[in-house]
Amino acid sequence: MIESIDFSLVNWSRGQFAMIAFFHWIFIPITIGTTYVIAIAQTIYVKTGDPSWEKLAKFWAKLFGINFAIGVGTGIILGLEFGTNWANYSWIAGDIFGAPLAAEGIMAFFLESTFIAVMFFGWGKIGKKFHLVSCYLVAFGASLSALWILVANAWMNYPVGMVFNPDTARHEMVDFWAVLLSPFAVNKFLHTISSCFVIGSFFMIAISSWYLLKGRNILLAKRSLVLAGTFGLLSSVFVVATGDGSAYNVANHQPAKLAAMEGLYDGTEGAGLVTVGMLTPGKKVGDDKPDFVFRHEIPKALSFLSFRDFNAFVPGANDLVFGNEKYDIMPADAKIDRGRKALDALALYKEAKDAGDEVLKAEALATFRQHESFMGYGHLLSPDAILPNIPFIFYSFRVMVGGGIFLVLAAALILFLTLKNRIERRKWLLRLGIFSFPLAFLASMAGWIVAEVGRQPWTIQGLLPTMVSTSNINVTAVLITFWMFFAILSVLLIAEIRIMIYAIKKGPGTKKKGDTHA
Amino acid sequence: MLDALTHLHLQQYWWLIMSLVGSTLVFLLFVQGGQTLIGALGKNESEKTMVINSIGRKWEFTFTTLVVFAAGMFASFPLFYATSFGGAYYVWKLFLICFVLQAVSFEFRRKKGNILGQKVYEGFLYFNGFVGTFVLGAAVATFFTGSEFIRNEYNLSFWQTELYGLEILLNFTNVALGLAILFLARTLGALYIINNVKSDTIIQRARKQVIINALPFLVFFLYFMIRVFLMDGFAVNPETKEVFMASHKYFNNYLEMPLALIFFLAGVVLVLYGIAVSWLKESHKGIWFSGIGTVLTVLSIFFVLGYNNTSFYPSSIDLQSSLTIENASSSPYTLRTMTYISMLVPFVIAYIYYAWRAIDKHKVSKEDVSDDAEHHVY
Repeated sequence: MIESIDFSLVNWSRGQFAMIAFFHWIFIPITIGTTYVIAIAQTIYVKTGDPSWEKLAKFWAKLFGINFAIGVGTGIILGLEFGTNWANYSWIAGDIFGAPLAAEGIMAFFLESTFIAVMFFGWGKIGKKFHLVSCYLVAFGASLSALWILVANAWMNYPVGMVFNPDTARHEMVDFWAVLLSPFAVNKFLHTISSCFVIGSFFMIAISSWYLLKGRNILLAKRSLVLAGTFGLLSSVFVVATGDGSAYNVANHQPAKLAAMEGLYDGTEGAGLVTVGMLTPGKKVGDDKPDFVFRHEIPKALSFLSFRDFNAFVPGANDLVFGNEKYDIMPADAKIDRGRKALDALALYKEAKDAGDEVLKAEALATFRQHESFMGYGHLLSPDAILPNIPFIFYSFRVMVGGGIFLVLAAALILFLTLKNRIERRKWLLRLGIFSFPLAFLASMAGWIVAEVGRQPWTIQGLLPTMVSTSNINVTAVLITFWMFFAILSVLLIAEIRIMIYAIKKGPGTKKKGDTHA
Repeated sequence: MLDALTHLHLQQYWWLIMSLVGSTLVFLLFVQGGQTLIGALGKNESEKTMVINSIGRKWEFTFTTLVVFAAGMFASFPLFYATSFGGAYYVWKLFLICFVLQAVSFEFRRKKGNILGQKVYEGFLYFNGFVGTFVLGAAVATFFTGSEFIRNEYNLSFWQTELYGLEILLNFTNVALGLAILFLARTLGALYIINNVKSDTIIQRARKQVIINALPFLVFFLYFMIRVFLMDGFAVNPETKEVFMASHKYFNNYLEMPLALIFFLAGVVLVLYGIAVSWLKESHKGIWFSGIGTVLTVLSIFFVLGYNNTSFYPSSIDLQSSLTIENASSSPYTLRTMTYISMLVPFVIAYIYYAWRAIDKHKVSKEDVSDDAEHHVY
């Protein structure tokens, strides 16, 4: 299929995608998260006629607008990155992967962009109800957009609903509903969208906390804390709950990722869940170094969370690489061998087809189908290549989980004290509210690292390795564009942060009727 | 419900849908064209801000249409998406840079703390307007002139020059369409501003710009179309699927597909009529005539590219690597699934129409863009 692999091209292509995704993710959760709070505040305004609620909605909409523009800008680069930098993937997976993207465009992008224009430019110009509906449609459009792209991403982790067509040399969709409603897709959407709500909420909590520390915009800040605190608490609890679902899916379908998340080298029954720990530096599969320098674990919890059975066997990295007969785990070199047989059979099928040799073609196809499910392994160069970077995933997972639990507690405490009208006196808590915002980002970034780096070496789990998914271009082209985008997006990010800071410092504008101190 | 449709029916349907999106995108490039006229139409800060707010309220429509075009091509013709984006790499990356800069520029331009200053963001708008439209036109011209790629037996494509798309600028036919699209966008931009701004001064300047830009547009467009009519085209043998060069293929396609010819002629007449009524009768409605004309003309160009046994993305160095709507498309199942989704399109058009009218009920005035305005101002 691909005669030689240029690993520098693969790594820089991965780097470019990761870099742009990193920038994109800075903006998107705030955009998605704040839309609902804007809509709720505007609803209260329409219901009560109290202009201070409208002022609150407008203020958050202003910050939303600053963020939205750069979010869509980075989004288009990311969307077209599949074509520019991952052309082989785009062909091999495009029949399945492209459809959700097109659905996203038709169903969500137009909805979002049309009604954002109405929301921004309709204030005071169109009827209140139409304007309010527009606010909700923006929120709904943003979430719908997230649904489709996350369905596509989930499919990469759990490829279902398709067959490989040897004539076109690509996977082709046979069951749209299996793709849309796979347990990975449903859980990924719920987990990710709620993490956006959490980040959006803590964005508002941080700014409101700063206002209270400075003694400014007290009413807006307190109302925002109630809205964002409620929204943030519910969402963060939901994130934790769906996180359990994510881990369950990973355990059942991506065992190498789970082994990396837990730093588990030797599989065991009744496996414990490591809460904190330090992996032994330089530890490799198959060596006899201890797994951890130190660790604290909850006995049997990993088995239970993974398979809903306290005594279930959880495979470790060594089991996956070297195999484990007792638990019927095939060694990676056997999978690689079968993968190569599949690729050879596919090549033979093509030759027989060109030569018009129907007998040979049928034989080659039968051999291919026999080994097809291991096709991706045929590209791997060594058995341990089936594993992602274990320390990176292990520590990222703990940052995500630790951050998530902290955010639940922080949201609960902030909401409780705001409702009791005692938040202003707790300066430390207000500072914590500000600090929680970058922490929420850190936790969600760590989550993406677990999901995406943890999926390596695959773009499509088990079927297509990353190293054969790139475009067939030279690394110089990727390097040039990497640094160009890095420079442009860095400048725009700094500009965005500064504009945001100015807008926050300026606040909701001149004091009008209704903006009184609570 | 759609089971009776063959794979070819679905491929033709999706080429029609993408043609519609593509031709709508060309019309919506009036936003980019308008961006290049900021200085020509606005001689002071207030006028400039009016022009920017007039077109700025529509930038998301153009942007979204572009994204939908790309996503739609990915879903319906993934081999084109992989071959063109993954091969003409520098051109598409340049195009993306134009659009990411545009996305922030309207919003950041007058915001305090924007680091680069107002003029730089306005410079980005010019950059997007000039380069974005030109690059798009030049890239689309390669649908006629061909690109240097080969495709292996696994349908993986390999670009054969390390210029990765920049070589398309060495072909004057490509450049001519790039310039035609640029001047068309500027003409449409001026026509749109005439319709959308409440300022006689700006409107007078815009009328002048309509003529200034319509003339070079016509020159480059005519040159391009004459070249297309005279050139050999990339034809496909319907039986063997072999690609071969056929003399006057695109001209013959127009003759063999009367609907395409009608669209082309009607489109050109409407574009010219829109320009003429804006100039001679001082009408405000020229944008709608020229806009519909643009859509019809571009639609006809897409028809002659994709239908009637034609290769829509040809390889100039290996004819059999060329892409057709048949070999580049998604599977019947995927196209059928997306066809169900496409049934939402009329609904989408309806709410865009409704929202557009709601926003444009009040034309952009000086008061409208003042800092005291209740709504958002760029």
